[in-house]
Amino acid sequence: MNYDERLKHVSVLGAAGKMGSGILLLTAVEMADISLKPENKGKTFVLNAIDLSDDGLAGLMDYLRVQVQKIAEKKAVMLRQLYADRTDLIENFDIIEQYVNDVLRIVRPTTAIETSYRSNLVFEAVSENKDLKVKILKQIDTNNPNQPWFFTNTSSVPIHLIEDEAGLKGRVLGFHFYNPPAIQKLVELIVTAYTLPEATQFANSYAKALRKVVVPSNDFAGFIGNGHFMRDALHGINQAIELSKTIPLTEAIYKVNKVSQDFLVRPMGIFQLVDYVGIDVVQFIMKVMNPFMVNEDLHSDLLDKMMELGVKGGQLSSGAQKDGFLKYEKGAPVAVFDIKQGDYVAFDSFSAKSDEQLGALPQNFKPWKAAVRIANNETHFTPYFAELKAMDSEGAKLAIRYGKRSDAIGRQLVSDKVANNEQDVNTVMLTGFFHAYGPINSFFE
Amino acid sequence: MKRKIYMTAGYNTVSMGTGRKEFNPKKDRPGLEYYISEAGKGVLNQIGGAEKVDESFIGNFMAARFNKQGHIGGFAGMIDPGLEYKPAMRVEGACSSGGLALVSGIRSVLAETADVVLALGVEVQNTVKAIYGADILAGAGWFQKRKNSHAYFFPGQNSDRAGAYYEKYGYDYTRKGMGKWFCNDMENARLDPNAQEFHNTTPDLEALYHGMKPNGKSFVDHLNVLDCSKVSDGASGIAIVSEEGLKRIGVDKKDAVEIVGWAQLTRNITNDPPEPLELTTIKKTAAKALENAGISIDQVATIELHDCFSIVGVLGVEALGLAEPGKGAGFIAEGNTSRTGKIPMNTTGGLIGWGHPTGATGVHQAVTIWQQLTGKAGATQLNITAEKPYGLTINMGGDDVTVVAIVYKRGE
Repeated sequence: MNYDERLKHVSVLGAAGKMGSGILLLTAVEMADISLKPENKGKTFVLNAIDLSDDGLAGLMDYLRVQVQKIAEKKAVMLRQLYADRTDLIENFDIIEQYVNDVLRIVRPTTAIETSYRSNLVFEAVSENKDLKVKILKQIDTNNPNQPWFFTNTSSVPIHLIEDEAGLKGRVLGFHFYNPPAIQKLVELIVTAYTLPEATQFANSYAKALRKVVVPSNDFAGFIGNGHFMRDALHGINQAIELSKTIPLTEAIYKVNKVSQDFLVRPMGIFQLVDYVGIDVVQFIMKVMNPFMVNEDLHSDLLDKMMELGVKGGQLSSGAQKDGFLKYEKGAPVAVFDIKQGDYVAFDSFSAKSDEQLGALPQNFKPWKAAVRIANNETHFTPYFAELKAMDSEGAKLAIRYGKRSDAIGRQLVSDKVANNEQDVNTVMLTGFFHAYGPINSFFE
Repeated sequence: MKRKIYMTAGYNTVSMGTGRKEFNPKKDRPGLEYYISEAGKGVLNQIGGAEKVDESFIGNFMAARFNKQGHIGGFAGMIDPGLEYKPAMRVEGACSSGGLALVSGIRSVLAETADVVLALGVEVQNTVKAIYGADILAGAGWFQKRKNSHAYFFPGQNSDRAGAYYEKYGYDYTRKGMGKWFCNDMENARLDPNAQEFHNTTPDLEALYHGMKPNGKSFVDHLNVLDCSKVSDGASGIAIVSEEGLKRIGVDKKDAVEIVGWAQLTRNITNDPPEPLELTTIKKTAAKALENAGISIDQVATIELHDCFSIVGVLGVEALGLAEPGKGAGFIAEGNTSRTGKIPMNTTGGLIGWGHPTGATGVHQAVTIWQQLTGKAGATQLNITAEKPYGLTINMGGDDVTVVAIVYKRGE
């Protein structure tokens, strides 16, 4: 079965979800492009968009139409050539409309999992729950005579466990998109000891067609991305708890968030990132990963407490940020949650004092947005962090400690053989988390 | 000419679109009615009101598609009840629609069917994304050729002209001229508060231009977006009057420009341009207008040249006889067309800097020349000398299909 044939009948499980909808969009476009090749004329391509929610599927189809139209508008130059022989399609408008049609006619929204019994390839993007994943994949495999391949989007569950428990020997691999899949360039590719080489080869071709950056990760819970992020977040949380021995926890959270964003020049502070991903998701991933940790407790009482209080962060379906550790106005944090009071405390009421305690940023500070645009930014960050190291302020000290910890986490991922090399760790953090510099560096030595 | 013709009381709205700080494509914006009304009233306020006007012409290219609105002449009465039940019509010749509104007014005054004409031009183009706007603007070419043309139709046509020029005279040499043209336009636009690029603050325009290489995969092979005119919403208006008309509206000749020569020629739209490296219709029309005026190009103080693309700037100076074929890029690169050069062009930013509300552009050009020759050009003002007292506008529709050329001189 060649690449085109493999993509002739595909299913996406959890298609109406945050990750599933993106995977569905990208796959639908790729399948349509293949179906429009002259040699595939007359062949029918099918992409089942499977989800439990009828409402979700209705929303998915609206989302798809809008997104496919945007994609078509961007590649109108190419589409004019693709439809060159269609004399009835003259204006860009005609051509774009036809392409949107050609993509959408492939997609079959359905709540019936049975439709996947004829697929050659199944993308799994259901909840991050191993038992659920195993149950569904096993059911499909039992009923599907095609020996389908399963690409799971799990961000934390070891693939070999799914492979074993669902009885999929060699036909499953981890294909971990980052959120949102349509925009984020990174894919972590995880194979097991048995994964068929042709499946890996297909996965690489498919990722290339989607213009993704593939980083291979070895099959350890959390892989590279969450392997780093969860420990990094836990460091931030623990730093805040440490600080809260002398100042209120609200102020401590504010300080650590500010240090991790401004002093460390990251796209967002660590508490904002936890809110972005969702406190529930972070807690859950830690729970999945923790049993596999050696000499390490990947767990936070503070996250548990937040969950007990029903403060979860995450995003609304519109993409707007929900309140979590921090409260947001127009996407920007303005207040911090006070666990004791069960309410938010405005930054304004204490931030001037906290900022003064943290101290000034180095003179040659450039915010993340500017720094990330500098080509060869080592020439910027080397003197920047040298200056930071030479400073005696609380902010500088917290930042250096944070940077060192982040570096150590990165190196640990290599020594634990989760990542094949330091470069892969840095690529994941640069591409998947938009860091301006890799966590493994010499800035904090 | 059997009567003296004057233009006065010019008015421009802002050219709205990307570049303006207040432009937000996601928010509702004023439509055709707003722009027609503002430009119309802007003229009427300077000539003593609508009762002074005999007739109106509104230049507009494609409101029928951009705004689903035809019958633009019917909006004259909306500007002021004093224009209702008087002659009004819309004229169309693609991007030279504004120029045709001027010509229509000139003809009417010459024919003694009017002494005071209100000439307007309007286009509201930001109603659709650029990729669909390209479809609409492609109507300025022959639709039978649309199927095999570029997604971005006009950039595609002019990319071919630029490519031919690169091939014959060298890429770097040509880009230097085109880049200088772009810089001139931007610098001039920064001086006119109504210009679309008025808010432009790019510190190094040349670096910006030369750092952006044409990319045929996402756009066209030989041009980048900086080589292109803006997508604009806007309107311009001016009064076209006889000597009697000037008296009627109470405007002194010194505050008007006299039309000393004009020409309007059109080539067959179903043919390709006879020569990719020559703007033949511009060449013929400009020569005829200058001949009618009885002057040479060397007596012209400033020119508004229809630079829908920077390569048209290069080919334009050649068509006007300011440079030999192949020397146009060098002529511009040496600074001859900048505001301090030998022959300043597009002193309010041209179509690339001021903006290009297609149906309005021809009228906007006349307003700029009127401002320059009567000392009303504000920060963009040139020093107009007695040796070189003339202004010239070149307004083009389609790929050198319809051209309007007008020669102006301050009234005396």
